[in-house]
Amino acid sequence: MSLAAQLVAQVGAPVSFRGPTIDYHALAPEIVLSAAVVVLVLLDSIKLERAKAYMPVVTNLALLGALIPLLTLAYDGGTRALFGGSYVVGPMPLMLKAMFIVTTYVVVLLSTNYMAEGDYWESEYYTLLVSSLLGMVVMASSRDLIGIFVALELLSIPAYMLASWRKGDVRSNEAGLKYFLMGVFASAVLLYGMSLVYGLGGSTRLEDIGRVLADAPTDGVPVVTLALVFVVIGFAFKVSAVPFHVWAPDTYEGAPTPVTTFLAVASKAAGFVALISLVFYAFLPRADIIEPLFFVLAIGSMTVGNLAALRQTNVVRMLAYSGIAHAGFMLAPFVVAGSNPFRSMQSIVVYLVIYAAMNLGAFACVIAMARQTRSAELKDLAGVVRSMPGLAWCMVLFLASLIGMPPLGGWYAKFGVFKVVVGAETGLGYATAIIMAINTAIAAYYYLNVAKTMIFDDPPEGAPVRAPRTPPSLAAAIAISLVATFAFGILPGLLTNVTSYGPLALGG
Amino acid sequence: MKQFLNDWGLILVTFLPMVGVLAMLCVPRESEETHKLLAVITSLATAFVGILLMLNFNYDRAGILQFRVDHSWIDAINSRFIMGLDGLSLPLLALTLLIMPLVFIYSWNHIPEPGNVKAFFVLMLVLEMGMIGTFLAEDLILFFVFFEIVLLPMYFLIGVWGGPERKYASIKFFIYTLLGSALMLVAFVAVYFLVKNPVTGEAIQTFSIPELKAAGGEGITRAAQVVIFGGMFMGFGIKVPMFPFHTWLPDAHTQAPTQGSVILAAVLLKLGTYGFMRIAIPILPDGARQWAPVIGVLAVIGIIYGALCCLAQTDMKRLIAFSSVSHMGFTMLAISTLTTFGFNAAVFGMVAHGLITGMLFFIAGSMKDRYHTLEIKRLGGLLVSAPKLGWIFGLCTMASLGLPGLAGFWGEFPAILSAYAPAEGLNITLFRGLMIAAALGTVLAAGYLLWLYQRTAFGTPTEEFADDPHIHDVTTPEWISWTPLLVLIVLLGFVPAIIFNVTEPAVNIIAKTVGG
Repeated sequence: MSLAAQLVAQVGAPVSFRGPTIDYHALAPEIVLSAAVVVLVLLDSIKLERAKAYMPVVTNLALLGALIPLLTLAYDGGTRALFGGSYVVGPMPLMLKAMFIVTTYVVVLLSTNYMAEGDYWESEYYTLLVSSLLGMVVMASSRDLIGIFVALELLSIPAYMLASWRKGDVRSNEAGLKYFLMGVFASAVLLYGMSLVYGLGGSTRLEDIGRVLADAPTDGVPVVTLALVFVVIGFAFKVSAVPFHVWAPDTYEGAPTPVTTFLAVASKAAGFVALISLVFYAFLPRADIIEPLFFVLAIGSMTVGNLAALRQTNVVRMLAYSGIAHAGFMLAPFVVAGSNPFRSMQSIVVYLVIYAAMNLGAFACVIAMARQTRSAELKDLAGVVRSMPGLAWCMVLFLASLIGMPPLGGWYAKFGVFKVVVGAETGLGYATAIIMAINTAIAAYYYLNVAKTMIFDDPPEGAPVRAPRTPPSLAAAIAISLVATFAFGILPGLLTNVTSYGPLALGG
Repeated sequence: MKQFLNDWGLILVTFLPMVGVLAMLCVPRESEETHKLLAVITSLATAFVGILLMLNFNYDRAGILQFRVDHSWIDAINSRFIMGLDGLSLPLLALTLLIMPLVFIYSWNHIPEPGNVKAFFVLMLVLEMGMIGTFLAEDLILFFVFFEIVLLPMYFLIGVWGGPERKYASIKFFIYTLLGSALMLVAFVAVYFLVKNPVTGEAIQTFSIPELKAAGGEGITRAAQVVIFGGMFMGFGIKVPMFPFHTWLPDAHTQAPTQGSVILAAVLLKLGTYGFMRIAIPILPDGARQWAPVIGVLAVIGIIYGALCCLAQTDMKRLIAFSSVSHMGFTMLAISTLTTFGFNAAVFGMVAHGLITGMLFFIAGSMKDRYHTLEIKRLGGLLVSAPKLGWIFGLCTMASLGLPGLAGFWGEFPAILSAYAPAEGLNITLFRGLMIAAALGTVLAAGYLLWLYQRTAFGTPTEEFADDPHIHDVTTPEWISWTPLLVLIVLLGFVPAIIFNVTEPAVNIIAKTVGG
């Protein structure tokens, strides 16, 4: 019985309230992160100035602490359903949680010098970062409309503030405001859709909704279409799918670059996780509605994202548009969700993880190089291979991975999507595959353009011969991303073994 | 020994270059001599393993895969790490293993601007690994991975060490090839899902090339085969390159540094033709039969068009590049006949073109070092100012135009002849017409090559270069790197059976699958 139904039942019968039994082991990562938020706030209010230097360290220790229960849970195996199936902890959620935590770990590494040298508020920064992470971790397990919505707000609201962290800069304020307004609007749309879904399904649990949708008559019920479309569009804003992407480039450019990294990697992934839960656990019986809808979103995102990226002169903006294009690739498996749900879901998750690794790396390199060039404008990166050969070649590797060159991770991500959409043997699937292939070639152009500028072009007059040393935290971030990018490319089994773990009971 | 090679030989020969790369990454970039030494040693060690493989190769059973390794790799997609060596891949492996050390030796005193030996050699070693892996891979995904690995090093070789238009040429090369290979990947995946086991009628869902070959396109309708073959055609045809997808080649060749041009001409282009024979034709025989006339016509257009373009060139390197388009046209014409005879001619043509055009690019590079220009009308009198270089150049032009007794003849003549009797079911009238047109192409080839040779080698040196002290004769590194190629050009010209005997059993099987 769902929570709502329980409450309704209790109004009639005045029995004493019995709380649900809680599996504390399954909730341990969330508990550790919540504790971390509290500790960070307390540390700041007690020690104030003196605590500033320790904030990143404390944050990262907490993140590593949260990874421990994930490992023990993974070791235990099996799927644990909490709160009547509204909250599920299994192999797939565990891997997604690990991805969110490791991503945030790298983002903290990226932020350490950026925040300290830029003289921004530090303590609050890390507190908000961990709060947002908590929302993502909750999202990975939520199998309930309310859970998903709460998680979404928990991860979004801190992100609105983080986007405008460079308070002195108008563009950062603009970034935060745009992101906030768009986000709130999307939430409203989403809530409206969810209320319709609840009205149809009579339950907030995805499993129940799926069952009702499967039994419902398919003809003459336009409200089903309306409900599903609204929910999907709500998240289309979050994952910056065309035509709901307009906030992304401005927000990405204006926000502090580590925050941009966080938004582009973790926040977007969280949006996808929500879409995965909703589509594969609830909406699947109405594949006839969602498949064409996702076809439009996917094709539009990859094509518009790529074409717009071609014209960018700022690397961060370019990465923002390329992120839209990648979102299109990640949406593509939804186009064939009805044909092979498990494989589609798997390919999206694999893409999310690999994209996180390579995109983190690319952003890390941009941040490291911008320490010398003082900007992320493409023209300022001309010839950086002379002064920063290591960084430049690492960036080339990440760009190559984003293009999809083997043996770097990106190829497998793309390949997995190709395999799923072609394997469905549907007209929409084949059309998606062909358009993806063409987009791959378009994307290569602007990624290579960055490589070309860094490697082939001559540095501007008066450029320093030797760049300042890259701080160890940045170097560590790049190293982590690079190792992950190579490992996923050469041995994709590392990922696929986890994602194909056990029969993930669909629709339940 | 034999056992060791069976288990590890192919893995070793593929990944030895990477060992060299790792060693070089540990050496600081200032110690250039060490880098040169390491690269030469690595490529020679790789070649040594290759020689061991060739010595232990069972030539009586060249039709079957030998030294086969088969390990699990990506279970989730049923892709396995399968490698094997047979009569089709052996000549191309040998060609790669021969060319690479020679290129490194040639580079000893020919490092193109702007220097940076370390990066230059590291990229070439990565390139070597990619090329060897492509020729040995027996799994579609593994093949694709190696096929793609080749792209990036070549992009940087052209883009960093190339000529004035290098940026344009390198990006054009990259985008063209990437578009082709993306469509090729879609085709591979389609094959994976559609091919059925001929006996049980169930989808076999494998990327293993031998298994797919055995299935012979079972379960895919003719129309679907035509479409899927089209995807592969884009991937391989762009690489060859076939008319009308050839436009990246002249730019890439002209702008690439000498070493890049040599590798491009000698090995990289063969990845495309090899792909047709190894993958596209045996896996999709029905599709191949439908596409054969199209390929044949495009090949002959390539022959004629390439030759005509050669006649119009003013730059020596660009001329040689267009001659590649023309020569690869002969190879593709031979492949399009779908017969044992044609396939044999194609493999021979690939090796011969690799040796001869590789050599021509070496010469062009050396002349560029001496004259600092390759504009044909400014050159002249090479036989006077550098007689040995002039004679070598003469030998190579003769070989390239297909003079009997040199390797080029056996690539060209059987290719034309094969079109006389194409496989059953193909339009004989059309192919005989193509044969005549291709034969005319050889006349044009003789025309542009002799004209090139006359204008550059005969006569007296132009005033500009009459007493230029830079114009010296062949140097020692040049001798070392060129002699093996020249010897092979002559040797294969007299004893073509060296290659035909190896390829015959392997291509025979392919021809049987398409019923030719």
